[in-house]
Amino acid sequence: MSTALLEIGGLHVSYGRVEAVHGVSVALLPRQIVSVIGPNGAGKTTLLAAAMGLLPSLGTLRFEGEDLHGLDVEARVERGLCLVPERRELFGELSVQDNLQLGAYAGRLRRDALRRRLDSVYQRFPRLAERRAQRASTLSGGERQMLTLGRALMSAPRLLMLDEPSLGLAPLIVSEILAIVRGLRDDGVAILLVEQNARIALESSDYGYVLETGEIALAGESAALAGDPRVRATYLGGGTDDE
Amino acid sequence: MTWEVALILSADGLANGAVYLLAGLGLVLVFSVTRVVFVPFGDVIAFSALTLAAFEAGRTPPTIGLVLTLALLALAAELWRLARRREFARMPRALLLWGLLPALPCVFAWAVAGRTLPAVVTIVASIALVVPIAPLIARVALQPIADASVLVLLIASLALHFLLSGLGLLFFGPEGFRTEPLVGGALTLPGGFPVSAQTLLMIAAAIVLSGLFYLLFERTLHGKALRATAINRVGARLVGIRPARTAALAYGGASLLAGLIGVLVAPVTTMYYDSGFIIGLKAFVAAIIGGLSSYPLTAAGALAVGLVESFASFWSGALKDVIVFGMLIPVLLLRSLLVARVEDEEEEIDG
Repeated sequence: MSTALLEIGGLHVSYGRVEAVHGVSVALLPRQIVSVIGPNGAGKTTLLAAAMGLLPSLGTLRFEGEDLHGLDVEARVERGLCLVPERRELFGELSVQDNLQLGAYAGRLRRDALRRRLDSVYQRFPRLAERRAQRASTLSGGERQMLTLGRALMSAPRLLMLDEPSLGLAPLIVSEILAIVRGLRDDGVAILLVEQNARIALESSDYGYVLETGEIALAGESAALAGDPRVRATYLGGGTDDE
Repeated sequence: MTWEVALILSADGLANGAVYLLAGLGLVLVFSVTRVVFVPFGDVIAFSALTLAAFEAGRTPPTIGLVLTLALLALAAELWRLARRREFARMPRALLLWGLLPALPCVFAWAVAGRTLPAVVTIVASIALVVPIAPLIARVALQPIADASVLVLLIASLALHFLLSGLGLLFFGPEGFRTEPLVGGALTLPGGFPVSAQTLLMIAAAIVLSGLFYLLFERTLHGKALRATAINRVGARLVGIRPARTAALAYGGASLLAGLIGVLVAPVTTMYYDSGFIIGLKAFVAAIIGGLSSYPLTAAGALAVGLVESFASFWSGALKDVIVFGMLIPVLLLRSLLVARVEDEEEEIDG
């Protein structure tokens, strides 16, 4: 087993006095898609926020062996971590192209390097190229998610953390976005995927964790996890609730 | 009122409006990036004017001592922060940024003081000397509480104003000063109506600087980073934009604007250590018209404030400030009616 790209061990995260994540351990190898599934309020978003440095945490938190606790959000971005948040956090009043260019802010790229990266993102998302001069706030939900992903890719991340990428999107767009995510893995980006939609998360990932009330309830290869009776009953059971 | 009087009042109002415009841009710049209503802005205006007056009197401006003291405080704060976080590797950079950089204009001012040099050199020295003031006081007093509520930040900012104003009295004394005119003479418009060159200079400065402002925000990545921080702080952090750094940039820009304003108004207004406050206050009215976020609306508001002030002083000198600040009431009423709609739009965006 090669060394982990991201190593989260016994992590505790609190909002003020309320602890939301109680000693969670998650490991991620290079070129791996790892999903974290679980119900609303299980602490999935909190886990990502702590990994990114938006929330303080206690426990092991290492990226390529380097302790992340001393680094602020911006320094983690410079190391190659990138969070695509559930709330998108786009710059609504700026144009699509400005949003993308700012995605590469931490890289301090030269003009031609920035141009090349921009072109590669437009190649991956032709829709964004068509809308490059439009304000981000005028985009549709799916386009907005693409812009968030595109902005993340502008930083050439080593590890991409996606928080509920399927939220509020039509199934067709969700599968389009997940196809892009799998393409990124093939390009060498590791992905930590947090999803309420267990079906699509387990379909697209190599390894999965089930997070319940701030603790890991189950873990395993995604295919095995999808076959686990408890997962089937709780998260995949019955209908195809794709919301 | 005759046509001629109206023209004179308009020219006067536009010149004042130009000053409020520049000050308003500075206030909006700082507020949109940091959520701080930067009350000490006016003090920086006064310091710049008094620094230029000191140069002209052949004295070494006391501003040097003020800037060096602030730089020492800021440097200590920065080193303390780095030491606590054990980021010793970053200390040389901090030393350079917070120690050496603010000292440069001090050295320049020191070299310039007491010599007979072209006016442009002392003007540049005066502006350069006040540029570090806002970033330094912000680093010392505002950055540690950057995440506090707007009200707390306003109170801290107000306290800073009183502190700086007191320091102004200590360093510059209670006397008022007026500096040499930057440009002499007058231009005669068609119709035989004279406009002083100083008025034209103020209006031209406002036009050129707002043009530069536009270019900075529309064309450069750092300008866009400033706007991005103003629009969405979390989003900005997630792409690696450090709020502390953009804040320092915003304060530096505001300080530069204040320095320019000081130099522009000093030849036409007798400046005391506390004269900047009222300029800042009127610019604040303009900034409120712009909702503390829109530069074009702030610019329009500033011109309106300048014109209203000018005409009000013709009708009733005693009531002119009352009339100017009275403008706030309809503006705030209108704004509060519009805000409800803006919030609805935002909900749609989030959803």
